[in-house]
Amino acid sequence: MGQFGIGQSVRRKEDTRFITGKGSYQDDVNLDGQAYAVFHRSPHAHARIRSIDLGAARSMPGVLAIYNGADVVAANIPPIVCAVPLKNRDGSDFFNPGRPHLATDRVRHVGDGVAMVVAETLAQARDASDAIEVEYEILGAVVDPIAAAGSTAPRLYENAASNVALDWGFGDEAATNEAFAKAARIVSMDLNINRIVVASIEPRGVLAEFDPATERFTVYLGTQGVFAAKRNIAHHLGVKSDRVRVITGDVGGSFGMKGFDFPENTLVPWAAKQLGRPVKWASDRQEAFLTDTQGREARISAELALDKDNRFIGVRAHSHANVGAYLSFFSLFIPTLAGFRLMTGAYRIPAAYVTVKAVLTNTVWIDAYRGAGRPETSYILERLVDKAGRETGLGPVEIRRLNFIPPSAMPYATPMMVTYDSGDFSSTLGVALARADWAGAEARKAQAKARGKLYGRGLSYYLEVTANGPQEAADIKFTDDGRVTMSIGAGPSGQGHETAFAQILEDRLGLPFDKIDFKWGDSDGLTMGSGTGGAKTLMLAGTALFDVAEKIIAKGKLLAGHVLEASASDIAFKDGVFSIVGTDRRIDIMDLAAKARSLGDLPDDVPASLDDIGKSTTSANTFPNGAHIVEVEIDPDTGSTQVKKYTVIDDFGLVLNPMIVKGQAHGGIAQGIGQALLEDAAYDPDSGQILAGSFSDYAMPHADNMPRFDLDFNNTPCTTNVMGIKGAGEAGSVGALAAVMNAVGDALLPAGVAHMDMPATPRRVWEALAAARS
Amino acid sequence: MPKVSMTVNGRAVSADVEPRTLLVQYIRENLKLTGTHVGCDTSQCGACVVHLDGRAVKSCTVLAQQAEGASITTIEGLANDDTLHPMQAAFKENHALQCGYCTPGMIMAAVDILNRFPKPDEERVRHELEGNICRCTGYHNIVKAIMSVAGTWTEEPVRAAE
Repeated sequence: MGQFGIGQSVRRKEDTRFITGKGSYQDDVNLDGQAYAVFHRSPHAHARIRSIDLGAARSMPGVLAIYNGADVVAANIPPIVCAVPLKNRDGSDFFNPGRPHLATDRVRHVGDGVAMVVAETLAQARDASDAIEVEYEILGAVVDPIAAAGSTAPRLYENAASNVALDWGFGDEAATNEAFAKAARIVSMDLNINRIVVASIEPRGVLAEFDPATERFTVYLGTQGVFAAKRNIAHHLGVKSDRVRVITGDVGGSFGMKGFDFPENTLVPWAAKQLGRPVKWASDRQEAFLTDTQGREARISAELALDKDNRFIGVRAHSHANVGAYLSFFSLFIPTLAGFRLMTGAYRIPAAYVTVKAVLTNTVWIDAYRGAGRPETSYILERLVDKAGRETGLGPVEIRRLNFIPPSAMPYATPMMVTYDSGDFSSTLGVALARADWAGAEARKAQAKARGKLYGRGLSYYLEVTANGPQEAADIKFTDDGRVTMSIGAGPSGQGHETAFAQILEDRLGLPFDKIDFKWGDSDGLTMGSGTGGAKTLMLAGTALFDVAEKIIAKGKLLAGHVLEASASDIAFKDGVFSIVGTDRRIDIMDLAAKARSLGDLPDDVPASLDDIGKSTTSANTFPNGAHIVEVEIDPDTGSTQVKKYTVIDDFGLVLNPMIVKGQAHGGIAQGIGQALLEDAAYDPDSGQILAGSFSDYAMPHADNMPRFDLDFNNTPCTTNVMGIKGAGEAGSVGALAAVMNAVGDALLPAGVAHMDMPATPRRVWEALAAARS
Repeated sequence: MPKVSMTVNGRAVSADVEPRTLLVQYIRENLKLTGTHVGCDTSQCGACVVHLDGRAVKSCTVLAQQAEGASITTIEGLANDDTLHPMQAAFKENHALQCGYCTPGMIMAAVDILNRFPKPDEERVRHELEGNICRCTGYHNIVKAIMSVAGTWTEEPVRAAE
């Protein structure tokens, strides 16, 4: 292992351009002659479109074209549909309305697109958009999923029987009911999972041009991997996918969101073809609040059944999940299978059953946001377990230890059709308790009390599941200028792929770290790729790099044998050097790659270069897990909660770059603390207006809301991939919610507050304390 | 259209601009200095922070005309040729950035914080960062980077006298 190899906290290659202002983000790219698109959006949450008058707008200065829903229909651009293979409990198909690229007869949330204006300048496009006259017949709006599921709620779709798009069940209902029937104790909770705005600091945007000579579209678009966008855009435009080239530059945050299909992704290239010139659209922040997919939101009733020895014997949950006004690409998967297959968590629970009503409401659509279902499920289970610890008198540590799946039971098949490969939960919790000085908390509590603060501590033991596909390819080319290009379709949005992937090549092939160039963003230069998402990238791209390294070594032995005049079977490879075993005759891999170019005619069995392509060698889920321990202090006069101490021990299998992995955990935890204490994408229940539609109103976590984080690892290697890796990108967000809220609950209970939902904002905490006093 | 003249990263520049042109638009669109970013429309996120006559300003909240005659430094002008500014180096060394989008504004704000508070404690740094939002890092490593440059970072937090 070299200086830059596996396990080293190598400083990031990509940082050099980011800290000097040389990154190339979406809005940094411009094309000669580009026109500017602006979308005219609905000011109402729910309305019938009576008429659209584009006349005045069309005559405004600089206007090139204005398109509305009828134009989209006339152009045969099909709607965006949800693509998940789920069924209703009764076996029927779910209601899949499709999202038209522009509204035709009805708008269903504030910000729904009604028309696209293209003009010479951005200011002219904005002015013309303001001149569009739409006559609306305002309809009743509904924003709450339980209200929307009711029979008297305003219906979003006239061709649907109700607003419930999917009525889903999972697990063994009969066995679970049996467990609850014989339970010695049932612990139950009603929980609210608040809605979150993704809020990548870089908003979305699209820049596109059409070349009539080659009949190809080139679309500059922030993605998590270019191939999904290429497929979607080609499908909507009705062209073969080789007619669309997608180019992704640096991506300023995504967290799932930029991986999905948005109407603008297709409408901008379509307009570029109509107008014969490049068209650019850049979302501003307000538009991001109204059009980016949002995250989470469900109302849940959950119960845990215990036997007389306090062992868990069953768990069940019933959820109303808000999926917004339209179904985004993965939307129905997130509040159902994505999270609830982990309903039994790190515990031996023989029976589990969940139901989910996924409900359409007059709100912005929902899709995966960091963690995507697993933070919600972990939150539900870990709050139940905490309450069970309280009600049984065992406390939060012993109730967990009593019920953990022991390492000796691995691999362990859960009743939710998932098999865990590895993990030592009790050991990891023990390491975390020691690290957090759990035993010394009484002293800190006394200090907090002396300062007039309410003190609470909480823990959660999260277990999460990473995605298992589709596969990635790693395409390695040794270039004429003495460098190495690795092309992989998993695009970064801050995760440090450029560095992490180069570390693997340095480790496996001894390639010089500084001479490895990463290409990810041009669909014309890539063979395939599923894109980043589901914390799976290192399993899939990493094992593809391991695979290609093996192939390159095998090729290198043949080539080195030819160059060194020996049999390939006598060639050994170590630390970047091919040598004849037992001699000092050797050649460096970079020299060999260069030499291959000048060898001329070669025997049939000798490869002409070292270039090769590797594929992922795993399609198994991995199960990161760990303990979050949180201490909070609440000011009873203001209701404000400060996180004073945050300790995490994670089991990530093998850690490629501890610095990057801890950074990923920091970010996930911060998003979790934000959801638990601050953030709430609230809507007015009557008008359906978003109440937190800018950074002035929406409580983004700031530096002074966050504590320091103390993180370490207690790794047990994953057994289902060659690297031993478990994905680390989302785990922080999975563990944080319950740990923070268990601490808040612990602080508030002695003050008489029996229950607190997220977000525990100062106002809600203050009101709960006031209610408890009176 | 009025003419504006200023010095940007040591270079004298001037142009005719519409009166409503924001300083950030002038920097990004006229001067093609795209290291300064725009992340919001309410002056909250701080991705657009530059130095105007040595003080940090949000360039989305300053008209280009208001910078008439001023000396502007953007992220592109912070390094001394190939030598990174210590704050840039500290951001890389401490993994204080992930996607990099808030980073230019964050670094410019951080330099300004240490100009005003050369030896800040952790509470001061976190408070002074209220005008800059990062969605990726959870701020831990940003705070660490800034305090490392100031020489005030210690692994065990120093608790304020309470």
